[in-house]
Amino acid sequence: MSRYSAGRIFREGLRAGRGWGQAWRTPNPKPAYDVVIIGGGGHGLATAYYLTKNHGIRNVAVIEKGWLGGGNTGRNTTAIRSNYFYPESAALYDKSVALYEGLSRDLNYNVMFSQRGMIVCAHSEPEMEMAARQCNAMQLNGVDAELLDADQVRKLEPALNFSPTMRYPIHGGVLQRRAGTGRHDAVAWGFARAADAGGVDIIQNCEVLDIRIEAGRATAVETSQGAIKAGVIGAAVAGHSSVLAGMAGYELPITSYVLQAFVSEPIKPVLNRVVLCPPFGTYASQSDKGGLVIGGGLDRIPSYGQRGNMPMQETVLSAFCEMFPSLAKVKLLRHWGGIVDVTPDSSPIIGPSGVDGLYLNCGWGTGGFKAIPVGGYLLAHLLAEGRHHALSRPFGLDRFTSGHLVDEAASSGIAH
Amino acid sequence: MSGHRVENFGLIDRSRPLHFTFDGRRYQGFDGDTLASALLANGVRILGRSFKYHRPRGLWGAWSDDANAILSVKRAGTDLPNCPAATTYLEDGMVARAVNAWPSAAFDVKGGLDLFQRWLGAGFYYKTFIWPDWHLFEPAIRQMAGLGSVSESVLEDYISDQIHGACDVLVVGGGAAGLVAARAAAEAGRDVCLVDDQRVPGGGIYQRADIDGQSPADWVRAQTKAIEAAGGRVLNATTAFGVYDHGLIGLAETGLFGNAPRLIRMRAGRVILAMGALDRPITFPENDRPGVMSLFGAAELLARYGVMVGRKLAVVANHSLADGVARALGEAGAWIERIDPGDGPIAAFQGRRVTGLKQGSHSRVYDAVLTSGGLTPLVHLWRHAGGKLSWCDKRQAFLPGEAPQDMVAIGAANGTFDLDAALDEAKAAATGAPPPQGATTYAVALLWPEPGAKGRQWIDFQNDVTLKDIEVAARENYVSVEHLKRYTTLGMASDQGKTANMAGLAAMAAIQDRPLPEVGTTTFRPPFVPVPLELYRGPHRQQLWHPLKRLPLEVEHRGLGAALGEYGGWLRPAWYGTGAADAQIAAEVRTARGTAGLFDGSPLGKIEVMGPDAEAFLDFVYYNTVRTLKPGQIRYGFMLTEGGVVFDDGVLARLGSAHFLVSCSSSHADGVRVHLEAWRQDGNDPDRIFIHDATQAWATLTVTGPHARAIVSAVDLGIDFAASAFPHMAFRPGVWRGREARVARVSFSGDLSFEISVPASLAGELWGRLLEIGRSHGAEPIGLEAMSVMRAEKGYIIIGKDTDGETMPHDLGFAGPRFKKTTAFLGDRSLHNAKATGPGRKELVGLKSTGGRLATGAHVAKAGASEGYVTSSYDSPTLGAPIALGLVADGRSRLGETVEIRHLDQSMAAELCAPCVFDPEGKRLHA
Amino acid sequence: MQIFPCPFCGHRNETEFHFAGELGKVRPDTTRKVSDKDWASYLYTQRNEKGTVREVWMHLPCAELFVLERDSVTMAVLGSRPLREGQQ
Repeated sequence: MSRYSAGRIFREGLRAGRGWGQAWRTPNPKPAYDVVIIGGGGHGLATAYYLTKNHGIRNVAVIEKGWLGGGNTGRNTTAIRSNYFYPESAALYDKSVALYEGLSRDLNYNVMFSQRGMIVCAHSEPEMEMAARQCNAMQLNGVDAELLDADQVRKLEPALNFSPTMRYPIHGGVLQRRAGTGRHDAVAWGFARAADAGGVDIIQNCEVLDIRIEAGRATAVETSQGAIKAGVIGAAVAGHSSVLAGMAGYELPITSYVLQAFVSEPIKPVLNRVVLCPPFGTYASQSDKGGLVIGGGLDRIPSYGQRGNMPMQETVLSAFCEMFPSLAKVKLLRHWGGIVDVTPDSSPIIGPSGVDGLYLNCGWGTGGFKAIPVGGYLLAHLLAEGRHHALSRPFGLDRFTSGHLVDEAASSGIAH
Repeated sequence: MSGHRVENFGLIDRSRPLHFTFDGRRYQGFDGDTLASALLANGVRILGRSFKYHRPRGLWGAWSDDANAILSVKRAGTDLPNCPAATTYLEDGMVARAVNAWPSAAFDVKGGLDLFQRWLGAGFYYKTFIWPDWHLFEPAIRQMAGLGSVSESVLEDYISDQIHGACDVLVVGGGAAGLVAARAAAEAGRDVCLVDDQRVPGGGIYQRADIDGQSPADWVRAQTKAIEAAGGRVLNATTAFGVYDHGLIGLAETGLFGNAPRLIRMRAGRVILAMGALDRPITFPENDRPGVMSLFGAAELLARYGVMVGRKLAVVANHSLADGVARALGEAGAWIERIDPGDGPIAAFQGRRVTGLKQGSHSRVYDAVLTSGGLTPLVHLWRHAGGKLSWCDKRQAFLPGEAPQDMVAIGAANGTFDLDAALDEAKAAATGAPPPQGATTYAVALLWPEPGAKGRQWIDFQNDVTLKDIEVAARENYVSVEHLKRYTTLGMASDQGKTANMAGLAAMAAIQDRPLPEVGTTTFRPPFVPVPLELYRGPHRQQLWHPLKRLPLEVEHRGLGAALGEYGGWLRPAWYGTGAADAQIAAEVRTARGTAGLFDGSPLGKIEVMGPDAEAFLDFVYYNTVRTLKPGQIRYGFMLTEGGVVFDDGVLARLGSAHFLVSCSSSHADGVRVHLEAWRQDGNDPDRIFIHDATQAWATLTVTGPHARAIVSAVDLGIDFAASAFPHMAFRPGVWRGREARVARVSFSGDLSFEISVPASLAGELWGRLLEIGRSHGAEPIGLEAMSVMRAEKGYIIIGKDTDGETMPHDLGFAGPRFKKTTAFLGDRSLHNAKATGPGRKELVGLKSTGGRLATGAHVAKAGASEGYVTSSYDSPTLGAPIALGLVADGRSRLGETVEIRHLDQSMAAELCAPCVFDPEGKRLHA
Repeated sequence: MQIFPCPFCGHRNETEFHFAGELGKVRPDTTRKVSDKDWASYLYTQRNEKGTVREVWMHLPCAELFVLERDSVTMAVLGSRPLREGQQ
């Protein structure tokens, strides 16, 4: 791996980058590995990286059906935050933010984690009370949080709509300063490059066709490039978790939905932070390139089609125009959809699958990107140690039988 | 200054001159011009700057394939960012500026960035700014990035229409093939709609001298007339921007500058795609210099706008269609030299604009270089719809392959570049026959970028992606086409790769020595061209974004000075009067507690459940036992989710043996109805249960307070209100103005209360009567806030406020049915899992503070961890002290304990107590 | 905008429909002993098939449940029938 440093960059500039080596190799799969990770998205690649870094396990393969980082890692709105209510969620996501904070240097790859802050607006007095409940919970969870009034929100984001004729007038909000955005592709590439440097084989264009089960234990992965034996298998295949479960014979409480995202043409900076307006179900930030990055809720129809549908486009973009009326004249450049795993409590599943030797990292729903480092960190721990890290313990599949759901929506009074 | 007008060419109206400015200088164009054609006619060549290196940019293409000339345009107070000069029609008084260039496109202070290009190549961001910290660099980079600035002004009249459309056949693209297809389909009796994204349809036909012996303009007019005569529609300036599920096609119809486009959600039985094809750039050193442009773009500028882009032109092309175009340009007066790129590598001279070309030892001076590296069919919509592509070696292009349902591609979009063959296809497609794909005269020589060549060769003009960037990406193994795109930003400019993608793919193919189709294509995502966000909003704005539900008595409440607020989607009186809210609310509470309050409870959900199985059904749906409820009785109860969580609370009245009335929270009526219907039909005999949501048919007026009985007795409802005849939790039917009145003795305030429901149309009279009688007793209207205070005094909950998504009935003190009910009920099993039976459940308690009112949303903290939170908190006018409700871990067994209350950085103490602090014995309730 | 065929009202826009769950969920008899695992499986386990799916939907304006068969990848609608037809 060519290490990126100032001197090196200067020299390579003088010779048209002819000295840069491969960011990752294109290896042929070996017959067997200590660990095989299915899914070369952010979570799978991070798992491989942390296996090498934290556990010294290097005989690892990452199997990816398409191109690495091509699933939800490469098609999200790049928000990173830990403004969670329940201590279990807060601990999980705040660990992720902490890992993100050191990630560029850790990986020697600029993932452009931009801690520009995130504001969740409150649009009525009852919502202000809920905002206080949330803000206090975050502070008790050890997560930075500030309760803002409308004037404070206006100072931070003057482009927001403060008109009294707005359907949901802004009364204030909760600010997490350490939240922000990252460059999604760079996260996948940075982990891939560092994992590869640590000896991991990243095998792209390799489709998993079946899981071999012997005496109740998952022992190998049958792929389009042949069978690969595995000491232990990790699955991080957001969007297709149920398909894999069908192969291996375990059950999941997951429904697949399309989550859409939108980006505008680049414009000069107008939006400083990540801003979410809950009654509109819509949030936005502005990328470093200048595009407005807009996201909303799930499409209403269970789907594996990686494309969006018009009703949700109209909901989200009309909401965006209501939130930022001066930006209604900006043009939409592109929109896309990803398939997300939705669990009953919208929290992830990390833990044993029910089939020996096969561990899961799935069910992140709409929030997988922000959890990439911690998702990899925890799955690596499970694969290496065969038992939960304290942070992943609350997120096992067993919570659905015991009833210990971790439902963030529940904190705001929504009964599921 | 070499661009100029040519007499007798173009569709512009030379009798209508229009004035405009660009980068501060005044120019003149004509009606029918685009900003781009007008600027070129005035000899302006540098129209913009590239995104990264701020290299000067001239026009590349004549329509939506141009991503070089992006302008901010202002006219009559409307200021729009990022307007492509090539697709923005000129209007008088336009003030245009190049984006991301200062002070002008011609002289841009950031042009010096190009000197550092060696270090700013593909992926440089990922390798740099790691030390000391990205945050140090990011603000400056953000300022540098972005195209245009957006003005802060809100354009009040910038509102999109949104309409639905339908037709048998939608033809996308009004070139020759599209026109012929539309005409043939219309004349065959189909309901046809033809959309074309220019104001004047015809596509590239104006580049020809004639067609069918007519001038192109006459021929096009004849076709559109025939289409309309046969009942078809022709929509000009309308772009089909996306194909969505189940064949929905999004159309954006553009009007004059400053008007938001109209969205047409079109449903077509069949779609004929005739969007044409685009010129590919040729990759050679300095090919980004202003003056190097698309051959067909130049031809189109001449044909439509009468603009010749230069006087001495080089035509560099590798295919058979170039000859005709070159000839036409020559006949219009330009000096042309044809250069075959196959004869050896070419390079443009360096300089702010193109001045000449070298090929081997051969050097010549030109003022414009027109290039065409072959044609790329426009297959965007085809791909949106799920159609496949297939690589055609002969045409060196991806053509439509396996077709999506009900879609066909014809003409140049189908790789049929010969006009006669295209028209045959069009006629066949119109009748639904598969298009004959015959031989083609089109011949194109292999011409792809040459890796390792010297000089800077541009692939993506706007985003500054060069051949070397592709080579670096390949070297670093970003070889998957999506990695290539994302690593280099190839094809991510505002044209979304219409010009750049093919050259980029070809470069990667050449570098890796792979066939081009193996490199693949990136996904074609909507919109086909950028469309304003407003297009998606239309009428969904302000209060119409999610309309409020309105009370039948809203006018009366306004007349009484009500302060209206939103509660659960309803606009309701929060309090009455104009004084300080807290004082008004307190006064209303005192009135209600002293005499009586008159309260509009109309949003209360009222769902009737009838039929022989109604009792058993409700027994299943409710946590509480229903079968023991006798006609005329009312019971308070919960509906649970299957997860055992309290979904709604309310009272259930039994009107008859097979007739019940479910009252649910006002914000939950829709959800409860769906919930009940789902269970009625799934697992029950739906013929034996009938559910009717009558919420909005009935208005409910509540009289609450010690004088309530006296007041309602004075209203002639035909009911005996004596305490013995009408006890608490009883239901009595009455009569109001000859119609049914439904009176329930239930209480949310904790005081003697009667809820009177009458048909909504009769509510005004009843309200008037209650006011008249009530006021004689000292009663007054009270709003929702006063009611909220009173119910909190009594310890009554509001679902979703005093419960959360984990609250089970035993957390609220209703543990009985959980163990005692013998029949199955919704959520029953979930009440016995580990979480439901475990310690630490958040239970409803009261909180007594000595240090003043607690903040709603404050947490109960122990050793820095949350144990629960304050859900409701008020200054109780009745008690003259603060009161609060909360959900606290194991709270019901900790009454009397003093706990720490944390709110932001403040800490207070409070004592856990029973939720009810008003009339705990229920004397007033049962009075 | 997808268009679903309500067996009672005909073809209507997707926004009028409510997804009520996968077809074939059978509620355990809770008057008998039901294990935590069986109950959790009833509550939460989803087949979530990629391809042809059979689901229960409600058409909100008429409030009737019906069975919709469709393809979860292509979004093609394959058919619909009233829920009660299958129960008889």
